[in-house]
Amino acid sequence: MSDRPLLELRGVSMAFGGLRCLDGLDLHVGHGEIVSVIGPNGAGKTTLFNLITGVYEPTSGDILFEGRSITGLPPHRIAQLGIARTFQTLRLFLNMSVRENVMAAAYGHTKAGVFRSMLRTPGMRREEKEIRELAEKRLAFFGDRLVGYRWDQPAYSLSYANRRRLEIARATATNPKLLLLDEPAAGMNPVETREITELIAKLREEGGYTILVIEHDMHVVEGISDRVVALDHGVKIAEGSFEEVATDPRVIEAYLGARAVERT
Amino acid sequence: MSEGPAIGRDEWVARADEIIERHRLLGLADRVPGWARLLAFVVAVAAIPLITDDGYVNSVVFDTLVFCLLALGLNVAVGWGGLLDLGYIAFFGFGAYTYAILSSDKFGLHLTSPLVLVIVLVLGALLGFLVGLPSWRLVGDYLAIVTLFAYQIFISLVTNGHDLFGVDLTGGVNGISDLDPFDVFGFELPVSHRGIFNSNYVYVALVLFVAVFGALHLINHSRIGRAWRALREDTLAAELMGMPTDWLKLLAFAFGASVAAMTGSLFASLKIGVFPETFSLTLLITVYAMLILGGVGSQTGAVLGAVVVYVFLEALRNADVSGWVFYLAVVLALLYLLRPRWMVAVVLAATVAFGFVAHAVAGAIDESWTAGAPPDAGAVTRALDVWVAIPASPGDAKPVAYVVLIALLLVTTVVTGVRRYALLVPTLYLAAFVWETVLAPQPDVTRFALLGALLVGIMITRPWGILGERRVEIV
Repeated sequence: MSDRPLLELRGVSMAFGGLRCLDGLDLHVGHGEIVSVIGPNGAGKTTLFNLITGVYEPTSGDILFEGRSITGLPPHRIAQLGIARTFQTLRLFLNMSVRENVMAAAYGHTKAGVFRSMLRTPGMRREEKEIRELAEKRLAFFGDRLVGYRWDQPAYSLSYANRRRLEIARATATNPKLLLLDEPAAGMNPVETREITELIAKLREEGGYTILVIEHDMHVVEGISDRVVALDHGVKIAEGSFEEVATDPRVIEAYLGARAVERT
Repeated sequence: MSEGPAIGRDEWVARADEIIERHRLLGLADRVPGWARLLAFVVAVAAIPLITDDGYVNSVVFDTLVFCLLALGLNVAVGWGGLLDLGYIAFFGFGAYTYAILSSDKFGLHLTSPLVLVIVLVLGALLGFLVGLPSWRLVGDYLAIVTLFAYQIFISLVTNGHDLFGVDLTGGVNGISDLDPFDVFGFELPVSHRGIFNSNYVYVALVLFVAVFGALHLINHSRIGRAWRALREDTLAAELMGMPTDWLKLLAFAFGASVAAMTGSLFASLKIGVFPETFSLTLLITVYAMLILGGVGSQTGAVLGAVVVYVFLEALRNADVSGWVFYLAVVLALLYLLRPRWMVAVVLAATVAFGFVAHAVAGAIDESWTAGAPPDAGAVTRALDVWVAIPASPGDAKPVAYVVLIALLLVTTVVTGVRRYALLVPTLYLAAFVWETVLAPQPDVTRFALLGALLVGIMITRPWGILGERRVEIV
């Protein structure tokens, strides 16, 4: 492993017309790190994810993945290079089965084309079996919540928490190196939130993924982060360990207003 | 089973078990593997020409298979890709015209039909890529409008194709005539033997049908098919999970276009010629109706829809059949709408009584008012002649009765209770009168109206079609 970061953003700016969502952002995520991005609503966190995954192209600046610029690549190419994400507002393939949701995500690293699929060549059959096993393995990551009879249920029949889990399983089925989790604990109850905290650590341990996570729940952020980055109005206002960032006056100001800072 | 969900099992699973159990009781339908159902269908179709040498029946079988193929092709872009393609019939026409150009005296080319099919397969796919290009930027209604333009361009091209830069390519409104019959490397299939439809065409269509059905089934159960359905569900999520959605959209268009174009060639090989007006919007709507009725996204559904709709439309040309269908539909509608159910019997009995009284009164006033059905009317009409007062020359009564019927129907939706039941009696009688005097004598219009009624009925009870998968849009 080189000591070059896995993901590096250099002076990335994004503007929609006159609205600057991100302004000259520098960010790096090292191999095997878990980095949390925090900030009030509208700080530009999800825009950051959209830029990294290629949904938007930055107005200026450059994004490097494994030392190579991925700016301007189509999203599916970026996914194939090894960046996968989940969505804040869930975007599952609702009318497909749980297993198919995960199997579909294996598209990028499988090969069988039109003709091999129609001829059912031995290679294609083997690949199909591998995809199926991969999907079942990824779903088994969440214990017995998404296995067995759940495999053939349509995704829309799942509970909210299970949908969040399925999104993570689907993202990992692309065999990513970097996993972007957009508010994985949103809408979950305290027990599930504690569980997701453990889960994110387990994802790195067992899957070997580097993880960049957006999260509002400070217990989760505290529990998982090697490093925390705070954004406000598209600008990085603090970076460091959880304690450093949580006590940073600019962060407190961004969340609670200037008077709160005076009181401390 | 009836104790409700057990601890540790959620409602969905409990319900799923119940559904499975019910199916086991109801029959084998769901446990029969797909290939066995296909085989049963193929054997049944193949047997028809052996049972009967009636040219009309066999030509209906051939046309039904043509529509099955069209519905299967449409299902790729619409059912799996989720791309609303209104230019679909242009691909069908393209295949027919390509056959006409490559296999007639028009340019003196007489290519063997399998070769034409391969050429059309490739060219059709290329045309599909071209027409599919707008899907990169447009979705939903907007894509539908642009593909509809593509269809209009096709119609304009073939209608004015007798003078394309000085070349007569398509023969304009006169089309291209005297096409070669289907031939397999020199072995020709004459279209008819002494004026009777050559049933071998059924087998040619059946071979193409099996090939297309099988190929589409295999592609659907592969990573490409999964990716198509993923992009239908959520294009952005599919793209971000590593699926090249732009390419997949073109591929879906190309598959549908190839199937439609090959079907067009097969269709043309049987016809005297190809003409622009054959490829009408009515045809497009009919194919859509088949797919929607059968169940968008289901191959078996597409075939079932094509068979039901086409056989239904053909059968309704017969006055007897359409009469039965109409009265049966009325009774079914009453059964569906009236509660408690025994009220249906009461209303029907009252209607019958009302009819005899009305018939007697009308007859007493003027003999000619009940002078009766035209001699060429169907058996149902003749049987009902003692009940429905059919005047010798209805004349002005027809439009008046029609308007009054619609007004009465509207009123029945407003009033409630006993008054509704009371009003239903004359309404039903008037409906019978309107049917016998206005609708039944015009089967060409009426059969589409009845098809519409069938579609409305099925869409109300099963919005996802007969065999379609239940869809959830927003949860």
